Amino acid sequence: MRIIVLIKPTPNIEKVRFDIERGVVDRSSAELEINPFDLHAIEAAVRIKERFGGTVISLSMAPPNAVNALRDAIARGVDRAILLSDKRFAGADTLATSYTLASAIRKLGSFDLIICGEKSVDGDTGQVGPEVAELLGIPHASYVVEVKEVSKNSITVVSDLGNAYYLVRLKLPALISVTKEVNVPRKPKLKDVLRARKAKIEVWDADTLKDVIDVNRIGLKGSATRVVKAYYALEKGRRGIIVKGDEGVQKILEVLKSEGVI
Amino acid sequence: MSHSEGTPKDVLVYAEYIEGKVHPVTYELLSKGRELANKLGGSLISVIIGYGSSKYSEDLIWSGADKVFTYEFDEDVKPDVLLHKDVLVNLINEIKPKIVLFGATPWGRALAPRVAAALKTGLTADCLDIYIDDNGDVIQVRPAFTGNIIAHIKTITTPVMATIRYKVFKPLGKDKSRKGQVILRKISKDHLVSRERPFEVLGKVKEKEVNIADAEIIVAGGRGLKRKEDLKMLEELANLLGGVVGVSRPLVDSGWCSKDRQVGFSGNIVKPKIYIACGISGSPQHLAGMKDSKVIISINIDPSAPIIRYSDLAVVGDLYEIVPKLIEELKKLRR
Repeated sequence: MRIIVLIKPTPNIEKVRFDIERGVVDRSSAELEINPFDLHAIEAAVRIKERFGGTVISLSMAPPNAVNALRDAIARGVDRAILLSDKRFAGADTLATSYTLASAIRKLGSFDLIICGEKSVDGDTGQVGPEVAELLGIPHASYVVEVKEVSKNSITVVSDLGNAYYLVRLKLPALISVTKEVNVPRKPKLKDVLRARKAKIEVWDADTLKDVIDVNRIGLKGSATRVVKAYYALEKGRRGIIVKGDEGVQKILEVLKSEGVI
Repeated sequence: MSHSEGTPKDVLVYAEYIEGKVHPVTYELLSKGRELANKLGGSLISVIIGYGSSKYSEDLIWSGADKVFTYEFDEDVKPDVLLHKDVLVNLINEIKPKIVLFGATPWGRALAPRVAAALKTGLTADCLDIYIDDNGDVIQVRPAFTGNIIAHIKTITTPVMATIRYKVFKPLGKDKSRKGQVILRKISKDHLVSRERPFEVLGKVKEKEVNIADAEIIVAGGRGLKRKEDLKMLEELANLLGGVVGVSRPLVDSGWCSKDRQVGFSGNIVKPKIYIACGISGSPQHLAGMKDSKVIISINIDPSAPIIRYSDLAVVGDLYEIVPKLIEELKKLRR
C-alpha cells in the first residue's frame, strides 16, 4: 500500500493571537503544528500500513517554518514527509491549493490511498480533500467515522452523508477525509521523537514541480477567490444580564416565557 | 431571452434530495437565491436529482424558483456523489449561471468541491451571508480560524459557488399560485445500472441518534457535569421544554455521549431558538458551534468563564442546584 496523507501545518488555535483591530491573525504568536484533524488522518494511515505493509508519505503546503510540524508527523509513523514551499505557492485558495497538491501527487507517481482530516482549524473549509480527488479523477468519501475494510482494490468506510451514516465502498485509488471519531491518535514514543529530529524533510518548490504544473494555476494568481476584508468575530460577545443562584431560576423562566417556550 | 448568451445573471440552487427527502436548507437557499436573482436581473433556477424527485418540482417553484431542472431516475439507487457531480457539471456548462448555491451540509460539502474543481471555479465554504456589492461583485461572508474571524470573500471566476450554512436564511413560504417552468430529464435504468461505481453506497449503517442541527431548543452539558448519569437531569429539562440534549466535546471524548449530540467546531454547528449551556466554560471550539443561537442562557459556577460574556442571560451558580429547581418550577407550571 502506498498511502499519502495530506497534512496542513496550522497555528495552535488556542494559543494564536488575533489582531482585533485589523481582523487578522498574528501568525508569529504561535508555532505551526499539525492541524488537529490531520492527526487522525496520520493514525488511520499508519494503522493501514501496520496491517498491510507499505509506505506512508505526507504532503503539505506551507511556509518553510512548517518543518518542525512535519518532524512530528515522522515521529507519528510517517515514512517520508514532503513540504511544498515556495513564495509562488503563497496566497492560494482551496482551488489553487488542491491543484498544487494534486500536481505533487502526480509527480510522486502511483498511490493507493489518500487520507486527510475533515477540515483545518484555520481555513475551516473542508474543501481541499474532495477537490484533490476530483482533480486526480478518483472517488472520495467525506466525514469518514470508521474504516471497515481495506483490500487490494477497494476500501470500505462508514461515512456521514448528513441524514445518516452509510457504508461506502471506494475503488482504489481513492481519497477519504476522516473525522476525529475515526480513531484515537497514539502519542509518539520518545525514541521516535528522537529519530524524527534527524529525519530529512524534503522541500519541493515550484521548479521541482515544473513538469507537472501550470504556474498560472498556483498561488494567488491561480486562486479564484480573494479576501476583501476580515474582522474578529468574538470581540464583543453579547454581554447580557448576569444573575446569581435562585434569582437565576426566575430569570430563566422569564426568558422562556418571553420566547414563547412555556 | 436565452440565458446561455451574454453575461451570466441566473442563480442556480441545488436542491439537496437524498433518499426521498428534501433537506430544509433547500428552501432557505431558494429564498436567498430569489433575492440575488432579482438583484442581478436574472432567473432563479433549481435542480433536483434522484428517484421520485419529480414530485418536488412544483414545490421548488412554489418556494421561489422560476425554473426547475428535474433529473428523475427510472430506478431507485443509493446516494451517489459522482452521479450528482456529473449531472451538475453538465447542467452548469449548459445554463451558465452566475451563482450556484449548495447547503453546507455534510452532503453539500462533499459534493460542491468536486463540482467546483471540475469547473475550475471558486467555492466558498459554510457561508453566513452572500450579497452583491456596489461594484456588482458577489461577496460571501464566512467564518474562519475556528469561527474567530469573519471574512468577506469575492470570487473572480464564474460561476460563483458557495455552500451556505443551514438556518441562516428564512424560507419564503410556499405560494401555490406561483408559476414556473419544469424541465424533466429522465435518467434511464440502463445508465444507472450499467455505470461503473468507483463510489458505491452499500447500505445505511445507522440513523443519527438526533439531528441536533434541526433542534429549536437545546439543553447542553459540559465538563461541569460530574457523572454520565447526570445527563438524565438535562434530558428531563430538555423534555419539559420540547428540546434535545447537546454536549460539549469533552463529554463525547469521555464516551458519555454520541458525537451526534456534540455541539462545536468539530461536532455540529447549531442555531436554535434557545441554547441553555449547563456547566460549559465556552472554549473557542464550542462557541464556534453555538454562538449564533437566538437566545443563549448559561449556568456556570465560574463567573470568569468565557461563556458568560456570550450569554444573553448568565446564571452564576451550581448547575446541580439550579437545574433541579428549574425542573421543579416547570413541572409546577404544567400542573
